[in-house]
Amino acid sequence: MSALQGYAGRLETLAHEHGLDYYPVQFEEVPSSFMMEIAVYGLPVRMPHWSFGVRYIYQLVQHRMGHSRLFEVVFPGNPGRAYLAGNNSLQENTLVTAHVLGHADFAKNNSLFKRSQEQVGYRIVEQAATHAREIGDAVELHGQTRVEQVLDAALALEAHIDPFQNLRRERYPQYVDATRNPRGDPFQKRFDTLPGGALLVDAPLERLRTPIPPSPERDLLWFIAEYSPELEEWERDIFRAVREESFYFYPVFACQIMNEGWASYWHAKLLREADFLPHNEYLDALKTHSDVVRPHAAEQQASLTTNPYHLGFVLWEAIVEEHGLERAFQIRGEDDDFSFVRNHLTQELAEELKLFRYERASDGSVAVLDHDIHALRETILAPKYNFGAPAVLAKHIGKDGSLTLHHEHETDGRGLDLNRAERVLDYLHRVWRRRVTLETVDAAGQPKALSRG
Amino acid sequence: MAGSSGFVDHPGTGRQWYDLFSRGARDWLRHNDKVRAAVRDQLPELIAGSDMLPRADSTVHVPVRFLEHSRLRLRDADSAEGVGQGDGKPGDRLAPPTEPGAGSGAGGNNEGGYQFVLELKIDDIVDWLWEELKLPNLKVKSGAVRHDDYTREGWSRRGVRSRLDRRRSLKEAIKRRAVQSGAPPFTNDDLRYQQLALRRRPTTEAVVYFAMDVSSSMTEEDRRLAKTFFFWVVQGLRRQYTHLELVFVAHTVEAWEFPEAEFFQVSGTGGTVASTAFRKTIEIAAQRYDPGRFNTYVFYASDGENFRQDHDAAAAALAELGGFANYIGYIETASRAQQPLATETAALFEQLEAETGAAGRHALSTPESVWDAIRAFFSRRDEAVAS
Repeated sequence: MSALQGYAGRLETLAHEHGLDYYPVQFEEVPSSFMMEIAVYGLPVRMPHWSFGVRYIYQLVQHRMGHSRLFEVVFPGNPGRAYLAGNNSLQENTLVTAHVLGHADFAKNNSLFKRSQEQVGYRIVEQAATHAREIGDAVELHGQTRVEQVLDAALALEAHIDPFQNLRRERYPQYVDATRNPRGDPFQKRFDTLPGGALLVDAPLERLRTPIPPSPERDLLWFIAEYSPELEEWERDIFRAVREESFYFYPVFACQIMNEGWASYWHAKLLREADFLPHNEYLDALKTHSDVVRPHAAEQQASLTTNPYHLGFVLWEAIVEEHGLERAFQIRGEDDDFSFVRNHLTQELAEELKLFRYERASDGSVAVLDHDIHALRETILAPKYNFGAPAVLAKHIGKDGSLTLHHEHETDGRGLDLNRAERVLDYLHRVWRRRVTLETVDAAGQPKALSRG
Repeated sequence: MAGSSGFVDHPGTGRQWYDLFSRGARDWLRHNDKVRAAVRDQLPELIAGSDMLPRADSTVHVPVRFLEHSRLRLRDADSAEGVGQGDGKPGDRLAPPTEPGAGSGAGGNNEGGYQFVLELKIDDIVDWLWEELKLPNLKVKSGAVRHDDYTREGWSRRGVRSRLDRRRSLKEAIKRRAVQSGAPPFTNDDLRYQQLALRRRPTTEAVVYFAMDVSSSMTEEDRRLAKTFFFWVVQGLRRQYTHLELVFVAHTVEAWEFPEAEFFQVSGTGGTVASTAFRKTIEIAAQRYDPGRFNTYVFYASDGENFRQDHDAAAAALAELGGFANYIGYIETASRAQQPLATETAALFEQLEAETGAAGRHALSTPESVWDAIRAFFSRRDEAVAS
């Protein structure tokens, strides 16, 4: 048994004593090249697509320039899976192991994670590998071009899901009952006096075909998989596969500050209490901690980004100090980043963290705006709405099978980037194969409809 | 304890699957294929637009951006707000306006931040361009030119390893084992090698004359257009046909034959007497490339400004040439002309086309039209031609 395995066992005992609760975790040391691929794909084995190749090269360049270092990646599930970079030192790995336990506890108990884990069956790593294999088979069967065409569209709409619906979601009901005005209604009274009008009063209510969609639909991946007129079954399956992975990614995205902060809080706490560590190893591990959990501004006067590890860590420390560990456990179960930041990032903490709001003008100049706590919170959260994507909803399918998408620009505050929208429309048209229209507004705020087909 | 966590240990020192296979690299290669395909679609413009003619055995470097897999995104706001960390008072200026034109390259992680250079082999380019092109009116000449070639013929029990016919050898082994019992699976006697035999086969031979006007009236741009056209035609023909004679002729008031390399460098001064080039071609044909044996092609590039006095001589020489050539093409480099193909020389070729049906004209006005010209000359259907 290696030194790390020994430490890991004792760290786990310590974690259990503090009430951390998680599914067993399979640790595996992997080469850093593999770590990099996990970072690029988001999953150890994921479907092939050329866009990952582009991200891979970016990552490779960043890595070569020494800009990024990955210590670990954890995948929730039962069992959870943790990959540790093979070039971590023993001290780093000790810290990372404690960090992983924090993540594992979060993944088992946070309600968003719990829900998504139930949906994907606690085995997203295996599911994603299955998707990758199935898509590989589809390439064999239908050719790279056809499969890529579907993936181009499905992955472009990756963020356009409705995580609050079920993963296995029923189609819309086929019929709805027609409504009739109540008896006493003035219109109905006059209608009944018309020749033959009264006869209708007691006639059974007609059933009407549900319009598709009955109301604007935000789960575009599901909508296309179920209702696109021309897709073959294997193509629909690709949309479903991408959607399933998005269901897994959603809580990771929506709880990033909380989750990283929680894991950092626990690695710090467990290490502080790990009296079995030799003193110098403890110090080295502590140094790794301060390298990871620190404001981006450590070396410069001010940084234009915030480090979610640091922000989350400071918030959790304050919560435990003020309300106790029990309350912290409750918060990690119930909150997501929105409620977490809004409820717990106080004016005092913001001052302690030296947070400020800035504005970058179109000429590139950056000026500090203010320290207003409400504005700070909302600015931190702004990029997290709606899975980070503009609110684009499926509005209507025409009699000819044409699709109309509508961008809710009022909520988003401005229109879509039209160049990109045009290209996404190209992807989409290749799978919908009937006319596709996307409504948004242009730079002047005037309605603008893009169309294909 | 909530179940048992543990370390996954891989027994032995065997390498894991992820050591042997990089998915990132696979998808990166796929991305490059797509870039290559996109470049290929625009190749005619790209090659024609380049200032220098590449060497035939070299590669060209095309700078390309990464492809972007687009997502729906909000348009860039006039100003963006963010949260930073550190010392900062309201009104503090943290970054000055960026220099106009400096771009946002510093960060480098935005889309399109990196460029890479695609290396294309001239051979590949030519393959793509010439996929469906061929010499018009190519005939098997009645002179029955024969060419010696090796063809596979029969099998032998001896031979070099590279000619081992596995299928045949296996059959022999199966036959032998069918009659022997407890026999070894293979013996040396089972091995069969393919035999080659020398056979004479009829073939088609062709000679292509490239004639170019290098007189002073040809501008730099005109010459470049003509040479670009000739370059890609030469590369394409070489790829497409193994037995091909190429002859290069340049003329001002007289005509000279040049070796290929010099032809692409040549420039001259003086007037234009087109008939000299046609006469030179006829002379070379008579001396070295008997039209009875060789399919004969002539491509002539000029700005069309021929000496008036040469009109009759040029018409006569052209008629003679048209008598034996399979096809004659005229490329008018008209970078400055108001109206393409309105010159006297163009009229001569128009007349020739009317008489023989085996001639064609095309104007080269822009770099892009080089490819149109190549397509116009070499994608002709055989049946369009009256024999």
